Amino acid sequence: MNIHGIRAIYHFEMARTFRTLWESIAAPVLTTSLYFIVFGKAIGSRMGEIDSVSYGAFIIPGLVMLNLLNESISNASFGIYMPRWAGTIYELLSAPVSWVEVVMGYVGAAATKSVILGILILCTARVFVPYEIVHPGWMVGFLLLTAITFSLFGFIIGLWADNFQKLQVVPMLIVTPLTFLGGAFYSIKMLPPLWQKITLFNPVAYLISGFRWSFYGVADVNVVMSIGMTFGFLTICLIFVWRVFKSGYKIRN
Amino acid sequence: MATENSDYIILVQDINKTYGTGFQALKNINLEIKRGEIFALLGPNGAGKTTLISIICGIVKATSGIIIADGFNTVRDYRAARAIIGLVPQELHTDSFESVWATVKFSRGLFGKAPNSAYLEKVLRDLSLWDRRDMKIKELSGGMKRRLLIAKALAHEPKILFLDEPSAGVDVELRHDMWRMVRDLRAQGATIILTTHYIEEAEDMADRIGVISNGELIIVEDKEVLMRKLGKKQLTLTLRQPLGSIPAGLSAWPLALTEDGQSLVYSFDTQKEETGIAELLRTLSDHSIEFKDLRSSESSLEDIFVSLVHQPKENAS
Repeated sequence: MNIHGIRAIYHFEMARTFRTLWESIAAPVLTTSLYFIVFGKAIGSRMGEIDSVSYGAFIIPGLVMLNLLNESISNASFGIYMPRWAGTIYELLSAPVSWVEVVMGYVGAAATKSVILGILILCTARVFVPYEIVHPGWMVGFLLLTAITFSLFGFIIGLWADNFQKLQVVPMLIVTPLTFLGGAFYSIKMLPPLWQKITLFNPVAYLISGFRWSFYGVADVNVVMSIGMTFGFLTICLIFVWRVFKSGYKIRN
Repeated sequence: MATENSDYIILVQDINKTYGTGFQALKNINLEIKRGEIFALLGPNGAGKTTLISIICGIVKATSGIIIADGFNTVRDYRAARAIIGLVPQELHTDSFESVWATVKFSRGLFGKAPNSAYLEKVLRDLSLWDRRDMKIKELSGGMKRRLLIAKALAHEPKILFLDEPSAGVDVELRHDMWRMVRDLRAQGATIILTTHYIEEAEDMADRIGVISNGELIIVEDKEVLMRKLGKKQLTLTLRQPLGSIPAGLSAWPLALTEDGQSLVYSFDTQKEETGIAELLRTLSDHSIEFKDLRSSESSLEDIFVSLVHQPKENAS
């Protein structure tokens, strides 16, 4: 295994993140603060508890997931799209690195950034709302697994995209709506029965539910299902990336 | 398995490349590159030079055929093969916001080498980049970017260096610097393969030359042999009295009359022992053709290249 190669890609990607550290941190922290001011304080104070959890605390896992999914996709897709766009991918393709090592470097760096961001959001939330974490081990597990899975998904988008617009399409038109409709700001149980059933087709609902369970011990769907869905999506992404590298699709023409 | 003692460091066997559009970029290429030589691959734009290099380096997949680099199959043993190859691409592809130092460090790591600041410092110093090591790449001039790409390609101490059109868009000073550097690298034991359409570059540096045209390798030969074999000398005689046409008595000679009728041009083979000049001069005298000046010239590699590239077309038409 080319450990030096993985490390080089990882450091390169992390350096890119640290070059834009202020933008990387300021935007999500500000957005989170706004969510807590609007939903936590202004609207939340007029809402009752959900599953014995105050509304302000209830939305924390959903909010972290919303940012985690978008940031993971955006970091990883941008990371691999940039060398394709700038032409510097020639170096990656001519280097003695396997597709597994390339993915480990890019996805590892994207997931690291997302996890750092997730922790930052949790710290920001603490300023506004008191909350507890019932299963901290599972919380970290869900955080890591989701960051890795969606960074992998972002990596696929970065390979598929032909232009900068396409990089934005999937996060904006698919992931954000699925997160909002997946119970980020409400419990699925609050929906009419038909919509509850429809929501079960939304994979993001399982992630949010599992993540929220690690905080408060309450879940909309069985936590085993949540873990299964996350691993399932991770496997699909891995197979897809493997196929892409194997065939040379859009990389080695 | 690597065969260190083999005379050839690269073996290209029956390589074909057809793109998805149906365009056949390479047609059954067979080529052997000798260990430690400077090999120039000449050809017009779109001939297939970059495609061939890209296949050897692993950037493009060949449709069929195999390539062995220092004993390693470039597909099956890609790690070992790629670790000994460095590539300087034609286009100035760089990460604008990275520093010079960070990017060469990245290249070394990417190719599986442990950090070695002393070596990287030497590479940057040799290429006059050491003083600019903390600069962002976007702040470098075009020539400096070209040097940086060379530094990146050398960062992992490759045995084989590919230079794809190294002189494209660089000034004379840098071009000569690069030629010096290429010779130094060869002196240190590296094998250099360069593609170019600057004949001067190949003429000045290469040990052997391959000419590629329309995806086919037309000829591979030692530079000197190629020039001897295909090079022609010409003797130009400036006449005292212009001629309307070549006299019938001289029709057996390979003579050409210039448009203004002022000069006769005699082409002769450099390989033949007898040039025929003495006899020609006698024959001219017999026909009372006087001349006031004469000069000889040798065809350059450029003339040879042009004739080689155009030959198949002419034959076909």
